[in-house]
Amino acid sequence: MDIVIENLTKRYGNQKAVDNISLIVATGEILGFLGPNGAGKTTTMKIITSFIAADEGKVYIGGKLLTDNYYELKKHIGYLSENNPLYHDMPVIDFLNFCAKIQGIEKSRIPDRVAEMIRITGLKREKHKKIGELSKGYQQRVGLAQAIIHDPEILLLDEPTSGLDPNQIAEIRKLIRELGNEKTVILSTHILPEVEATCDRILIINNGKIVADGTAESLRNQSKGSDILKVKIEDGEPDQIYKSIQALRSVSMVELADRNFNRFDIHCTDKNVKREIFRLCVENKWVLTEMTPFETKLEDIFRDLTMN
Amino acid sequence: MKTIWIIARRELSSFFDSLIAFIIIILFLGFSGFFTWISGSDIFMTGQASLQSFFSIAYWTLFFFIPALTMRLIAEEKKTGTIEMLLTKAVTDRQVILGKYFATLILITIALLFTLPWVITISKLGNIDTGGVICGYMALILMSAAYTSIGLFASSITSNQIVAFLSALFIGLFFHFIFEVIAGDMTGFLGQVINSLSVNVHFESLSRGVVDSKDLVYFGSIIFLGLFLTEVSMSKRNAFN
Repeated sequence: MDIVIENLTKRYGNQKAVDNISLIVATGEILGFLGPNGAGKTTTMKIITSFIAADEGKVYIGGKLLTDNYYELKKHIGYLSENNPLYHDMPVIDFLNFCAKIQGIEKSRIPDRVAEMIRITGLKREKHKKIGELSKGYQQRVGLAQAIIHDPEILLLDEPTSGLDPNQIAEIRKLIRELGNEKTVILSTHILPEVEATCDRILIINNGKIVADGTAESLRNQSKGSDILKVKIEDGEPDQIYKSIQALRSVSMVELADRNFNRFDIHCTDKNVKREIFRLCVENKWVLTEMTPFETKLEDIFRDLTMN
Repeated sequence: MKTIWIIARRELSSFFDSLIAFIIIILFLGFSGFFTWISGSDIFMTGQASLQSFFSIAYWTLFFFIPALTMRLIAEEKKTGTIEMLLTKAVTDRQVILGKYFATLILITIALLFTLPWVITISKLGNIDTGGVICGYMALILMSAAYTSIGLFASSITSNQIVAFLSALFIGLFFHFIFEVIAGDMTGFLGQVINSLSVNVHFESLSRGVVDSKDLVYFGSIIFLGLFLTEVSMSKRNAFN
């Protein structure tokens, strides 16, 4: 099932939490939803789950208008909300049984399905404990289990790895990637490496507006356009090297990073620059001892786009 | 219907797991029993094989205990945020409301069932008016149904349980008491209208064994209005509650 959002707007008082957003998420795509606090990520997700209504705009899920078919469509949505609210006075297994029943899973399939969820999320030893007695990481697993128990075609995860330890984070990311093979996943997070590790596509949202949309690769290409090479050249005078490199056609700027070790940061506009630097060194009998491409970080792109 | 029952079952087990159910049942039986059998105008003082004294005590005990049961139903879920988890599942607002409503009503009915031994005892003591007893219980259940729906509404307008409890009592007080007092000082059509809004008027005629469609319509209207307003108030949610 795909998700099509058209001109979505949601206001709280005078403030626009979501401002005329349009986007399409294809079936089987994992979309990373990035943005600073209060950017409108959670609001957008809550509208897709039909927990709250939009003021303007339309949401289509699998070609059906959400507001007309929400009861039917909700069966295909799994949602893990930001603070992971759960019934703390219920034992894990009872809670999962309740979720399975309420999602309309056939009675005969419920025990298998619950056992499957407990296995996937590694809750075997905790299944008879009350949810309130579990640590935050385990509660997060219960939250994930209740979101996927009915095998939804659409999965909305609002900061799914918050509160988990690094091992659990790796597991959950792996799980999300596996689920993402056949499901449509929207994942919101502040953690940028997470997006790179799990998502096919990144959407950056700021003040309720989409400010960037593409793969991590394409976002890097869009932003400022310049890659940085860290280069160390020996057996030459720093000033002379500096001037020669600066004279190259594909170099936009050179910084002398460390005079003692002849280190340079080269901002380049062309992929050819590595060859040119190499040839330059050969011609002048300099020794090129280090050349490291330094990618623009997603953090920098994020900051560029969301700082006002 | 199935979904409503699933939600009601969860609410009921939550009532019993949190001991609220036991406390309420024990308190209800304790208070009602004390004034029915031991103190005040109890059965031995009136000397009649009738449950009238129990019905008039339960009229007050239920009035106070029902808001204590209903206060957490929605307010707590709003406070902890679980309402979001619940409503994003394959349920409608109405199913959630009705599920919680019936769970409370079932609990009250269970509490009332525990008073059946009293009926049996009294029937052994003298000639009991069976029709009257059935009507009396019906009146208690109808009144409970009305107050539960008011309590559910009070719980839906806030995320604070104390506020929900007090609002339910405040709204209930008008029906329970204030309308009758106001109507007592008034004459004419307006007086009649206000008087007919009072629960007591309808409760008394029912518990005396007179089944009038007016009374049924009255309780039905309060139940419907309470549940309807609960649904309206639930639908006015935003991302932060």
